[in-house]
Amino acid sequence: MKKINVKEITPVIRKLFIDANYYIEQDLVDKMNEFLEIEKSETARGIIELILDNHAEAASEKMPLCQDTGVAIVFLEVGQDVQFVGGNLNNAINEGVRQAYKDGYLRKSMVDDPVIKRINTKDNTPAIIYTDIVDGDKVKITVAPKGGGAENMSEVKMMKAADGIEGVKNFVVDRIIQSGGNPCPPVVVGVGIGGSFEQCALLAKKSLLRPLDKINEDSVWAEVEEEILTRINDSGIGPMGLGGNTTALAVNILSKPCHIASMPVAVNVQCHCHRHKSIVLE
Amino acid sequence: MSNEIHLTTPLKTEDLEKLNVGDKVLISGKVYTARDAAHKRLVELVQAGKELPFNINGAVIYFVGPAPAPPGKPIGSAGPTTSYRMDPYSPTLLDVGLKAMIGKGQRGTAVINSIIKNKAIYLVAIGGAAVVTAQSVTSCKIIAYEDLGAEAIRELEVENFPAFVANDTKGQDIFKLGKEKYQNK
Repeated sequence: MKKINVKEITPVIRKLFIDANYYIEQDLVDKMNEFLEIEKSETARGIIELILDNHAEAASEKMPLCQDTGVAIVFLEVGQDVQFVGGNLNNAINEGVRQAYKDGYLRKSMVDDPVIKRINTKDNTPAIIYTDIVDGDKVKITVAPKGGGAENMSEVKMMKAADGIEGVKNFVVDRIIQSGGNPCPPVVVGVGIGGSFEQCALLAKKSLLRPLDKINEDSVWAEVEEEILTRINDSGIGPMGLGGNTTALAVNILSKPCHIASMPVAVNVQCHCHRHKSIVLE
Repeated sequence: MSNEIHLTTPLKTEDLEKLNVGDKVLISGKVYTARDAAHKRLVELVQAGKELPFNINGAVIYFVGPAPAPPGKPIGSAGPTTSYRMDPYSPTLLDVGLKAMIGKGQRGTAVINSIIKNKAIYLVAIGGAAVVTAQSVTSCKIIAYEDLGAEAIRELEVENFPAFVANDTKGQDIFKLGKEKYQNK
């Protein structure tokens, strides 16, 4: 049994959230540049260039890429030979979030309760934490600050088997077209298919973690992704909805088996400020 | 090719009538920030016949909740938030003199009609480009509703704040026109 003191987790979480908010991943930058080459609208090219410029400015000024520094989402892959000691793991993670959002001058965007009082918790906690148990004695931590504007354009639909693959494609394409300029396009489209009501939503969110330069390992889904992406970019919505050929940068699908009566599909919309950072604790 | 036009606040109707959707504008002067919670309070004041915390005649409201200012900067990252959440409130404010709104995303029919009626404009700033946008802000002070934190109303002094005309005084809508122009049928 390998022991990990949770006190070591707090500074790790703190750094991951600050870094995710200041420094964009290279795969996103590369993808933006790819689309810049083929974008037909001059306004759209100007917007993409401004976004790329913003990446550089955020890194050099050490300021968050976007003022919406997101809800603090944390994915843990915990090796089953690991034992956490020295306190409560969730508390240690929340302390890391608290420190990151204070010390990194990140915006605190969480309100409690969600409907009646809506009082800001003032430290961006609680984090939303998902844990998977895996083989081995390592812990992989991924943080993904998620902005509200794109999250609000997401949807889960309990479809029928009879809707088939065309039904799935239409649902995803329509969701993005109806979102228009709201979610800060160009977006990354996370799609979860199968499982249950809540698992398909989580699959959609996890699919967003796939690097943008990697295609789906399953060639059938890879083809579906390509077709959905083409249809979305044929819509003309463009960056910020002002018109153009760059509405989505990628479509990522994850699927799981589901009940004979069901075909749940979830679309999780990710804005162009596609932030995530990972670390493996050995 | 879109034009690049300088605007100075408070805005006058004649300045706005010249603008067309797709024009890039550079705004200088005072701009007021407000999101959902602040809008609710502003509309309640208007309905109660009370005075607003700033002069709304010719004013520009920017839909933003900025990040905290790091040391030595007037403001933190400050890009736009999604505008449709302000749709229930905007017509009331346009009726009492608001001239321009800056946000992101398309507006509803009632807002567009109110924009035409009041000869106002809706502008789109580039979401996510929040550091670059913040660089056009030279000063920032909270003038109302400090209890709302990031959602408090701030008076910003801006210099060449970049935005695009999305709905003009004539009722044109860039979200329809842009999409039609670039879609592959």
